[in-house]
Amino acid sequence: MADSQAVIRIEELTRTYSEGDTAVHALRHVDLSVNPGEMLAIMGASGSGKSTLMNLLGCLDRPSSGRYRLDGLRVDEMNRRELADIRNTRIGFVFQGFNLLARTSALDNVELPLLYDRRGPKVDRVKLARAALERVGLADRLHHQPSELSGGQQQRVAIARALVMQPALLLADEPTGNLDTRTSLEVMALFQELNQAGMTILLVTHEHDIAECAGRLVELRDGKILRDQPVEARRDAVAELRDLPAGADE
Amino acid sequence: MNTLVLIRIALRSIRKNKTRTLLTMLGIIIGVAAVIVMVALGQGAKEQIRSRIDSLGSNLVVITPGASKSGGVSQGAGSMNRLTLLDAETLTRESMWLSSVSPLIVAPAHAVGGSGNWRVGVSGVSAEYATIRNWEVSAGRLFDETEVRAMRKVCVLGKTVVDNLFAEQDPVGQQIILRDVPFEIIGVLEPKGQTAEGRDQDDTILAPYTTVKTRLAGRQFIPMILGATDNKADVPAALTEAKAILRETHGLASYDDDDFTVRDQNELAETAEGATEVMTLLLAAIAGVSLLVGGIGIMNIMLVSVTERTREIGIRMAVGARGGDVLMQFLIEAIVMSLFGGLIGVAAGYGGSALLEKFTGWDTVITPQLVAISLGFSAAVGIFFGFYPARKAAALDPIEALRYE
Repeated sequence: MADSQAVIRIEELTRTYSEGDTAVHALRHVDLSVNPGEMLAIMGASGSGKSTLMNLLGCLDRPSSGRYRLDGLRVDEMNRRELADIRNTRIGFVFQGFNLLARTSALDNVELPLLYDRRGPKVDRVKLARAALERVGLADRLHHQPSELSGGQQQRVAIARALVMQPALLLADEPTGNLDTRTSLEVMALFQELNQAGMTILLVTHEHDIAECAGRLVELRDGKILRDQPVEARRDAVAELRDLPAGADE
Repeated sequence: MNTLVLIRIALRSIRKNKTRTLLTMLGIIIGVAAVIVMVALGQGAKEQIRSRIDSLGSNLVVITPGASKSGGVSQGAGSMNRLTLLDAETLTRESMWLSSVSPLIVAPAHAVGGSGNWRVGVSGVSAEYATIRNWEVSAGRLFDETEVRAMRKVCVLGKTVVDNLFAEQDPVGQQIILRDVPFEIIGVLEPKGQTAEGRDQDDTILAPYTTVKTRLAGRQFIPMILGATDNKADVPAALTEAKAILRETHGLASYDDDDFTVRDQNELAETAEGATEVMTLLLAAIAGVSLLVGGIGIMNIMLVSVTERTREIGIRMAVGARGGDVLMQFLIEAIVMSLFGGLIGVAAGYGGSALLEKFTGWDTVITPQLVAISLGFSAAVGIFFGFYPARKAAALDPIEALRYE
């Protein structure tokens, strides 16, 4: 069965918030499966449920009903503690607002998930954190604090933090929302490189040109999937970045 | 996830908020310092009382006449005095544990000599009395056993008597008339001060008990026999032994009650120390309240800190921190703060005690146990008052925490 290999498989996923007497249906019976190595963009107007879906996929939130299998594991049945371990080991999450610890060096920020790693043998945390930062091109910014870094650099620290545990799945909630065009392109180029190296990536965005960097596009409206189709003319962010005249946006 | 990592996380967070940490610790610092100073003061008082009691003569065994019973009704101590000089002599001869024994006969006398006269109690004692009481002469000498046996009319004066009769002159070698009997003054006792009850111990004259008995008192029974052991540890054995010897000497049958009382100084010491113990506890309790207030201060700051750092907690949870990890982090932060505050408090307590001693002259004693207990208590305060805020942090929902602005 092809589905058994799916990184993500959700069925009838529903999330309802109760606000006073009225129930808000953020997500209604959504089915979706994502295969390893896919790069998928989720689009939709605000209120369409794309962030809710992302939080559920990232195990930050729990569904009201429905099933969610991550790497074949029934995540929807797990308790708080198990979900924390799933977030730690299987998922890298990148936020729109970076969510870095203030007054903490890039290295320490990237080291954070390693501190909560409970799996077996001891690892050289500093070495791994350094390697992750080198991979996102910040080898010379190890000891800078977030306030000393540009928005693009901060987002790359956040990506390094998402990568440091070497998860199979990278989730990004509006990763370019706070970035200008050039740095957005840089981040997308990084994502495409990671995707080519075999990482499954899901990203939420409301910008079409960002979504076109992905290989598959899912559009949400009113908590339901409106469209789910491959991207016809996929952008090559790496090539575009190479062709972009230096300092054009700065 | 090991504790060491959590401690490092907590230390990092404390270092990032120096002012806040210091202000939080202030309550604990003051609390611990107060406890240390108060208890040190109490222990100092205890030590002082102990040394005063020891100055009465440590290793002391006191034998007094026992109470007689008339139809089952006790007539009170001394109501039937059967203590004799013979008892004292028997004890001197037979006791293995008592290294020195002295009877004590007190005869009130009108003393005339030097520049005036003075009413004083003349104590008839053996040559060993001074040893028993840890008493030495500041001038001249004490009488010896030969002089006791020979019933020599020699005496040693207490400081108060000397002050009243021989204000300007050296009394040694002079004569003093006690109840019309001339005695030669052979020495002056060094001043010993007042007893705990306020009696002037220096207002006395010591003379051989043989002389006092025949020349001044003439009574057959004596009010007290004093003895001393070489070591404090021997006192209980000496008590038992003295009892047995006296029962035999008095010819008591096994069903007879003792007609004498044998005591040691411990009873007096325990009573006095018990009183200071209560004082110390009271002082410590008052100081403990301030430590408690300091703990509430820590809780306040930790609660504020949890709110302020909601986002940080969200980030930690998003990358895989369990609720337990967050709980431990905040708990360790609270403990580290209160322990560190406790350490500074101990230092402040040492300083405060030294200052107090300098300015008031009161003795203070700081024992290692006191320091250990204070530190242990401050850590306990950290755990107790850190737990509620830490639990609040741990119970946060990751998505809510991340959204918090």
